[in-house]
Amino acid sequence: MLHIINKSPLTSVTLDTCLNTAAGGDILLIEDGVYAATRGSAAEAQLRAAMGKFKVHVLMPDLEARGLGDRLMDGVSAVDYGGFVDLTSNNKTCQSWL
Amino acid sequence: MANIEVAGKTYETDEEGYLINLADWNTDIANYMAQTESITMTDQHWEVVNFLREYFEEYQIAPAVRVLTKAIGKKLGAEKGTSEYLYGLFPYGPGKQACKIAGLPKPTGCI
Amino acid sequence: MSDAKKFMFVNRKAPYGTIYALESLEVVLITAAFDQDVSLAFLDDGVYQLKKGQQTKGIETKNFSPAYRALEDYDIEKLYVEKEAMTARGLTEEDFLVPVTVLGRAEMGKLMDEQDVVLSF
Repeated sequence: MLHIINKSPLTSVTLDTCLNTAAGGDILLIEDGVYAATRGSAAEAQLRAAMGKFKVHVLMPDLEARGLGDRLMDGVSAVDYGGFVDLTSNNKTCQSWL
Repeated sequence: MANIEVAGKTYETDEEGYLINLADWNTDIANYMAQTESITMTDQHWEVVNFLREYFEEYQIAPAVRVLTKAIGKKLGAEKGTSEYLYGLFPYGPGKQACKIAGLPKPTGCI
Repeated sequence: MSDAKKFMFVNRKAPYGTIYALESLEVVLITAAFDQDVSLAFLDDGVYQLKKGQQTKGIETKNFSPAYRALEDYDIEKLYVEKEAMTARGLTEEDFLVPVTVLGRAEMGKLMDEQDVVLSF
């Protein structure tokens, strides 16, 4: 299953809840969700700890738009819009967390 | 938004003729609404209309036709809990027409 | 029912503060007409949607909570509340206006994974 997160981890518990509740699979960070995948953010350790259970991806155009294209933490895969489409088609279900 | 005039008083309705303020409802309005739907109210019609009002009072929604049919069967007897019976009374749809007469909004999911 | 799909509605927002809870409920009622296998999950502030005794007169907003009690008439009987979310808000099963199944996070995650369609509100 693909979980799409579009909220900043610093203002919303969406990422927390997804990491705590979801059974595993792919996570794609988009829009303000991309802040979670930046080096030095408060969410970095939490995201790293979840990497055993989930494969984490980030939508690069959103990260670059926010001036953080060079801060992507290790272990997170960078995808473009084509990669976004592949993720949705390679998973049977997909949940866009609000 | 539109207005209807019943027994010398003016009431607001939406563009499809459903009453805006539930609290405005009275039997004169019901009869007026029925007339615009070409329905002559009988005891059987009132039974359904009153049932709908009670259902709304309890759950704050107008039930979908399928739910209404089942619930009527339970409350008023199995012979009345059928589409044939309800459509016999309200030919253009018990949801649409009976709700309008009962002063309720159109049922959720009713197209 | 062999071609029925498993639909899960994931509710994570408190009622009244935003429109999500009401919108979700309306979509659920509409979906019920299509005879699918529908589950409702309540996570985070979504558990507040089911709190008994909501009185909305003072905020001049429609109290839509009675409609959760009508879900049974719509053959929607699978309501799941996440235990951690409930406990964190000082609530117990007795606080809810309908019978629910309380699940731990892990069980909830597993159930989510078994769905064909997951809609988030």
